[in-house]
Amino acid sequence: MDQDLKTELSKHGIFATTFEELYNWGRKNSVWPLTFGLACCAIEMIATTMARYDLARFGAEVFRPSPRQADLMIVSGTVTKKMAPQVVRLYNQMPEPKYVIAMGACAISGGPFRDGYNVLKGIDRYIPVDVHIPGCPPRPEALIHAFMTLQEKISTQHLTGEARARHLKAELPSEFPVPEFGEHGLEPAQNDEIFHNPLKVLQG
Amino acid sequence: MVKNLPIAVPVEHPWATIVVLLAAAIVFGAIPLAMAWLWARFFSPAKPGLQKNATYECGLEAKGDAWIQLDVSYYLYAIVFLIFDVEAVFLLPFAAAFSGLSLAACLAMLVFLLLLVEGLIWACQKGVLSWG
Repeated sequence: MDQDLKTELSKHGIFATTFEELYNWGRKNSVWPLTFGLACCAIEMIATTMARYDLARFGAEVFRPSPRQADLMIVSGTVTKKMAPQVVRLYNQMPEPKYVIAMGACAISGGPFRDGYNVLKGIDRYIPVDVHIPGCPPRPEALIHAFMTLQEKISTQHLTGEARARHLKAELPSEFPVPEFGEHGLEPAQNDEIFHNPLKVLQG
Repeated sequence: MVKNLPIAVPVEHPWATIVVLLAAAIVFGAIPLAMAWLWARFFSPAKPGLQKNATYECGLEAKGDAWIQLDVSYYLYAIVFLIFDVEAVFLLPFAAAFSGLSLAACLAMLVFLLLLVEGLIWACQKGVLSWG
């Protein structure tokens, strides 16, 4: 339905909606995150859920201790190479539709520990990230902003047609390969299907 | 009130309203479940996988066998611990009320302690306290 027509109708007290909008409205207001924290960003994540910042306002206060019941993975902190396989495996065990927020400099790029021999240079090397939050650590407001960004993304996802959401396409995988420990770190170093090294992209 | 219901129910029966309400309650609960099932059946493709269907959900892979036997010496160790745990519980009030106790009470406590010490000596001789 045309957006202008809808606005016009609502002025006269007639509210029109589509099934897609209704469905996404329900989805975006009941995103349950997975209970896990990796480093100092997790403290900010915990603060976000508490009374002062109150993530419950967005319907996301129900942190689930099992990946089977979670919709959202908040990667909050440094992902070490020891931890990366577990994070990917937990992501694989989450049911569709699932979303990922990479919280903080470490989770998006390795942050201040980027040059460390044991630090993964960003979780987006292995799993698709929906929202990146910069900061070290990001304040709870930043996490809330990321959460609202994710809600916007969910509300614009389509249920039918070619542009439908990823989880509705049967041919796209739900699991991503879990890296294994090799002689010099994790193998493979990244999932080439979802990660494109920005330096190599720039060089052509 | 019952006469106004649009559904044909035996109006004489006193439980007719409850039956109608029960049926309505079941339908009310079944509709969302049916909608969720239909949605999953026709629109949302199932994407099972080896890791998704794995039993454990802590991120780590299970290794080894769950059917292991615990060493029996642990059981003896636990029993001995339990006995002296109970002894400590009795000793505490004994120590707190020590100055006001009669001779008979002190003797009774001493007998209790000696019994346990005898048990400890026996357990020690059996080799319970040494991990072979």
